[in-house]
Amino acid sequence: MAYTEQEILAGLVEIVSEETGLPADSVLPEKSFTDDLDIDSLSMMTIVTLAEEKFDVRIPDDEVKNLATVGDAVSFIVGAQG
Amino acid sequence: MTRPTLTQSSGPAHTRILGLGGVRGELVVTNDELVGPIDSSDEWIRQRTGIITRRRAGADTDVLDLAEGAARAALDDAGLSGADIDAVILSTVTYFHQTPSGAAILADRIGATPAAAYDISAACAGYCYGIGQADALVRAGAAHNVLVIGAEKMSEFVDPTDRSISFLLGDGAGAVVIGPSDIPGIGPTIWGSDGSQAHSIRQTHSWLDMRDSGAGWPTLRQEGPSVYKWAVWKMAPIAQQAMEAAGVGPDDIDVFIPHQANMRIIDQMIKQLKLPDTVVVARDIADTGNTSAASIPLATERLLREGQVSSGALALQIGFGAGLVYAAQVVVLP
Ligand SMILES: CC(C)(COP(=O)(O)OP(=O)(O)OC[C@H]1O[C@@H](n2cnc3c(N)ncnc32)[C@H](O)[C@@H]1OP(=O)(O)O)[C@@H](O)C(=O)NCCC(=O)NCCS
Repeated sequence: MAYTEQEILAGLVEIVSEETGLPADSVLPEKSFTDDLDIDSLSMMTIVTLAEEKFDVRIPDDEVKNLATVGDAVSFIVGAQG
Repeated sequence: MTRPTLTQSSGPAHTRILGLGGVRGELVVTNDELVGPIDSSDEWIRQRTGIITRRRAGADTDVLDLAEGAARAALDDAGLSGADIDAVILSTVTYFHQTPSGAAILADRIGATPAAAYDISAACAGYCYGIGQADALVRAGAAHNVLVIGAEKMSEFVDPTDRSISFLLGDGAGAVVIGPSDIPGIGPTIWGSDGSQAHSIRQTHSWLDMRDSGAGWPTLRQEGPSVYKWAVWKMAPIAQQAMEAAGVGPDDIDVFIPHQANMRIIDQMIKQLKLPDTVVVARDIADTGNTSAASIPLATERLLREGQVSSGALALQIGFGAGLVYAAQVVVLP
């Protein structure tokens, strides 16, 4: 069963806040991973892998640099669901 | 006329590491010495990789000199001499001759002639590949005492303006002697490759391109974030399999000695493997850098020398790198 956009956002916020130690209410869809949340490319890879496992989707390595904001990642995961 | 039945060899049931030694490049190279051409900083390199310095060899030291130093130290540690060795396996990607092999020359230098001798190309997995081969050779009766050396002068294989890998790499060599044992000292090797990812860590161009199109000296490049992801999430299960195959669990392991590629890979692997806090973790990367095939034996040499672990400790080791290739096993430290 596919996850709703809401569920994906909530799950992703949890993963990001776990990885960065940032409070969940600061991880908003419009936030940029690098500029706002200070997530470097290695932490981003951790987040991507945890999201792949959680939502059972594949996020190709080449795609990761296009995911600038939390909202971008949510949209990608919504589209990538089978 | 009946054909004779061939005799096939067989060897002892068990093997172990009889002795270990290592040599680091004599120069201590700081981050500040490298950041100019890559527009980086000491802080950036420390934060991304945990590397504070790397060891590099001077112009007068080549990869066989490093290998010889490590081999002699391993023989000393085992209480053996070159004459006791009947196979020499040299793992390196920085011996810049197609032929003859570095191993044959090295065998002669340490007095091991006429030992069987050959080089293997398994990059940062080369030491664990070598241990797997040596273990199999001894138990098959193909050799009695095998010398395995991981030796690299990576500084010859980098472009100082490359931001992807040059600043990680160091020079050194580590060696072990593998021989018969009364008790099991080397668990099964879990090894493999994935050539579909050959581009992830690669040489910029071939020696033929250098000759034919005037491209300069080839050097290394990598796709860092992809390699990080593979190293953690694909390699932790391999380390897990090595423990299972050896019949041990995370609570039985005394020390974890992964390839010294990046401190953040090491930290994330520990998490994935759920290793308890009591397990000693090799972190030689901080001072020595990534010395490819030499990194695991060098990290082991340091842990033993500094008394962080003692002889008889159970070590989980895993090498992974360009190929992509990987190998892991649980060993009893000498
Ligand atoms: C190599 C490694 C340190 C690169 O770090 P990274 O954060 O992944 O680098 P990226 O290529 O994603 O680049 C991220 C940013 O840092 C910059 N950058 C890249 N390399 C840099 C360097 N050496 N110094 C300073 N900045 C650098 C990039 O320009 C980029 O900036 P931008 O977002 O403003 O464009 C890292 O990926 C790594 O160590 N991976 C593990 C690989 C490994 O250990 N391999 C050996 C296996 S045997």
